[in-house]
Amino acid sequence: MEVGKVKRVAGPVVQATGLKASMYDLVLVGEEGLMSEVIGISGNKHVIQVYEDTGGVKPGEPVKETGAPLVAQLGPGILTSIYDGIQRPLTKLAEASGDFISRGLFVDGVDHKKKWEFKPIVKKGDTVKAGQTIGEVQEQLLIKHKIMVPPRSKGGTIKEIYSGNFTVDETVAVLEDGTKLNMLQKWPVRQARPTIKKLAPTIPLRTGQRVIDGFFSLAKGGTAAIPGGFGTGKTVMQQTLSKWADVDIVVYVGCGERGNEMADLLHEFPELVDPRTGRPLMERSIVFANTSNMPVAAREASIYTGMTVSEYYRDMGYDVMMTADSTSRWAEAMRELASRLEEMPGEEGYPAYLGARLADFYERAGRADVLGGGQGSVSVVGAVSPPGGDFTEPVTQNTLRMVKVFWALDSKLTQRRHFPSINWLDSYSLYDKDLEPWFVENVNPDWNKNKRRAMAILQENAELEEIVMLVGSDALPEDQQITLEVARMIINFWLAQSAMHPVDTFCPYKKQFELLAAILKYRDYAVEALQKGISVEQIKSVPSKDALAKVRLEAEYEPILQKVMAQMDADFKGLK
Amino acid sequence: MTKEYKTITEIKGPLIFVEKTEPVGYNELVEIRTGGELKRGQVLDTSDEIVVVQVFEGTGGLSKDSAVRFTGDVIKMPLSPSIVGRVLSGSGRPRDGGPEIVPEVMRGIAGAAINPASREKPRAFIQTGISTIDGTNTLVRGQKLPIFSGAGLPHNDVALQIARQAKALGEAESFAVIFCAMGITNEEAQHFLADFERTGALERAVVFLNLADDPAVERILTPRLGLTTAEYLAFDLDMHVLIIYTDMTNYCESLRQMGAAREEVPGRRGYPGYMYTDLAIQYERAGIIRGKKGSITQFPILTMPGDDITHPIPDLSGYITEGQIIVSRELHRKGIYPPIDIRPSLSRLMNSGIGKGHTREDHRAVSDQLYAYYAEGNDLRGLAAIVGKEALSERDKLVLEFADKFEKKFVNQGRDEDRSIFETLQIGWELLADLPESMLTRIDDKYIKQYHPKYAGTAKK
Ligand SMILES: Nc1ncnc2c1ncn2[C@@H]1O[C@H](COP(=O)(O)OP(=O)(O)O)[C@@H](O)[C@H]1O
Ligand SMILES: [Mg+2]
Repeated sequence: MEVGKVKRVAGPVVQATGLKASMYDLVLVGEEGLMSEVIGISGNKHVIQVYEDTGGVKPGEPVKETGAPLVAQLGPGILTSIYDGIQRPLTKLAEASGDFISRGLFVDGVDHKKKWEFKPIVKKGDTVKAGQTIGEVQEQLLIKHKIMVPPRSKGGTIKEIYSGNFTVDETVAVLEDGTKLNMLQKWPVRQARPTIKKLAPTIPLRTGQRVIDGFFSLAKGGTAAIPGGFGTGKTVMQQTLSKWADVDIVVYVGCGERGNEMADLLHEFPELVDPRTGRPLMERSIVFANTSNMPVAAREASIYTGMTVSEYYRDMGYDVMMTADSTSRWAEAMRELASRLEEMPGEEGYPAYLGARLADFYERAGRADVLGGGQGSVSVVGAVSPPGGDFTEPVTQNTLRMVKVFWALDSKLTQRRHFPSINWLDSYSLYDKDLEPWFVENVNPDWNKNKRRAMAILQENAELEEIVMLVGSDALPEDQQITLEVARMIINFWLAQSAMHPVDTFCPYKKQFELLAAILKYRDYAVEALQKGISVEQIKSVPSKDALAKVRLEAEYEPILQKVMAQMDADFKGLK
Repeated sequence: MTKEYKTITEIKGPLIFVEKTEPVGYNELVEIRTGGELKRGQVLDTSDEIVVVQVFEGTGGLSKDSAVRFTGDVIKMPLSPSIVGRVLSGSGRPRDGGPEIVPEVMRGIAGAAINPASREKPRAFIQTGISTIDGTNTLVRGQKLPIFSGAGLPHNDVALQIARQAKALGEAESFAVIFCAMGITNEEAQHFLADFERTGALERAVVFLNLADDPAVERILTPRLGLTTAEYLAFDLDMHVLIIYTDMTNYCESLRQMGAAREEVPGRRGYPGYMYTDLAIQYERAGIIRGKKGSITQFPILTMPGDDITHPIPDLSGYITEGQIIVSRELHRKGIYPPIDIRPSLSRLMNSGIGKGHTREDHRAVSDQLYAYYAEGNDLRGLAAIVGKEALSERDKLVLEFADKFEKKFVNQGRDEDRSIFETLQIGWELLADLPESMLTRIDDKYIKQYHPKYAGTAKK
């Protein structure tokens, strides 16, 4: 392997000569051997991005080749880990270098000393193919880690297979052709892991958030973007989804964002309980934390590392959700590195390949028939942080070309402390039609009908509000005044949902449906009453209407809702 | 000894280009001697042939035969407990006529990243005595909460009031204030210093002054020196450190100037593409480390060019900091002090510092309810201006009045008025009590029964 020489250092980018390394190969820069990646080759010069601080690196220092690209280490022990962007466990870094991250440290993504109990599920003489599970490790109390024949290997007939305690490097099976299998895979992070075939998105990913599940739902294996200016609720939404989404595995990538947010997550997840399993949320989670002050090249890599780990668990047949906060910081990392390469910039200084990179990333999502048989999915939720909150900027626009769900955060709603501040007129889900049959079958035949009714009311409300701004609401015809009132109820009693409220943070499908149905029922009563000549003021001041406001805050809401609805019936019967 | 070069080939703005024979490290500290003066600089780009150096004290007076020495080391700050009480220049030299700091330790100023896994979640409530902060945008220890303001607004008074009044409830602890001035006028700086002196804060302060007529490049150093000092006080000496720096806008202008001198591809509105990362490296140096006693809380002040919150400086800051306190020209014109507009203001860490065991259990709900009606009332002002107040419904009239009273009673307070959190919540409740109870949709009934003035005293303990 060649050893080259540093020629020039400017920030995180180094130029070197005397190397044979290929594009995206990992190289080690300088006396300290800083982890780095080749990102350009021209003539005899290699351009290298360094994953660590380059302070003190001098021309003339050595650059060593490793002969391989940046890979993720995949094996038991990934769950509950917290990594930096290049999959170094942060707790191990802290043991090695204290509370501040120093450089030149090498730590493996999985523990190579720990022994795991391997239970074979195939036997001698069986034929196994790439991706097939040969055995299992109980990685967490409720999560089995499938030990698979690596993708792209030939497979073959099992000659030997063992059971017992092994490290990830030890052989657990041998094939007829002499190939040894262990519990560790290494996969280049910039390459998608293969599947047999991608499947249509027909199953919703339940988030427990009314505005999402009810109006703009995400499918398992789907892609969604949350663009919004600062403080509009991107991070809270991603954390809320990571808590309550009905997936098996959550991969949370904190890409160029705040350290304290990661601390918050690491503090909460071990304590919160997954409502599906009763186990701590941390057991199903993997966190990548490459905060804004950590090296920018590792930030660029973090998205790929996170995706590779997500795909790996998908390959075991799990439903995985990956959230990336924020993809804009990833794009900016690309821009920062590209500008140091003195590449010709595209729009707003972003490299011309921005759109292609975003596309490649979101394309790795999906529900699929996996190589080992069965199905798994990677759903992706990406936050986008548009400068000045302006959605016409390149990262938002390129993202919207790729993703199927758009949750548009609206700073006007934020200022009113309406959360989630997802704008109900601008947002959309292109999975809508694909998912409708599922809701009819699994929740309620009226699910889609009610949704469309509510959306129509909000649409009409928006138009009426413009008139109100000119003439005041009392000048509107009575039925339209009722529409305004019902819209207000949908907005305040149903769309608004506090992530901070112990009960309201998660709303099951049935409760979502019943709360909305109750509001629509009020509308039916109101319209009927109007026809009987009852005044708008009377209709608006029925006590049961206000009682409806707080049902969502109750865990055991059913009897309360029943009472409120019985009262509503009585209220309206009593109106004269 | 390292070699001295007299091989400056070009001087451009704050940069010098030097030819040299021995390898020079990236970010290395450089000393440039001209006449009797010693200037310091830092390597921005190093290659076999040429090195680009930014000179912190400015390139004025340098010529092609100035002597350049590469020190082989990065820039370090001398630190010892005796730094507390000192006034230093923007590049860390004594400005108070006192001696040089005799270092107990030397620390690199670049600031390594705190390992996210080593961070402690900030959640200790800090009472500032200002209702719009404590009540609706609560500060917690270890937070970075900037003040976004505009030219001519009383942001300095707000910052000083916070520095004077800030305290953790029920604790007496060792704390220090670090004040970094970047490009502000002498008068403004004196305003701060006089207040520190008046209240005795100066004895617990470290002051770094880079004033409007000091070199602009020096401003790149100032926050780094301040933060390095803060880390020393917090994590070596166990102090709770409050660092105020003003004005971040001037700091960013210096960054832009450096970028232009290097002919970099500019990002939005001419600011460097790496400004987000650069700002993050400063702002992220706030926080608490698990197992350490001290903490760093940051109050950066920045004036928004043209009062425009979408300008890259406030925009990128808002994306990094844990909220923002917005000083509003409109409220200032109405004569309200502190003219804090709560609507675009935010404290992201509020939730972990309030509620039972921190402030009071009804805090979140009261805050949310105040927000909702103040925002709605503001919207209604627009409507009332068009259709007239009479055309509003009864409910809307109430909400409109609420907004006015909110500004007069909750927002408005004296410059030395130090309200306890309970007084703040009480004012909030009294304002809400003017609305029918059925309108308090964001407050759990159990809190209404306990804290609503109507039921005051009737609730069971
Ligand atoms: N769903 C929600 N429920 C309650 N509060 C929320 C919600 N979403 C956001 N917030 C509030 O808004 C603040 C900013 O949200 P955050 O997600 O950090 O914004 P962003 O990531 O878009 O900058 C939070 O600190 C919290 O106070
Ligand atoms: Mg965020």
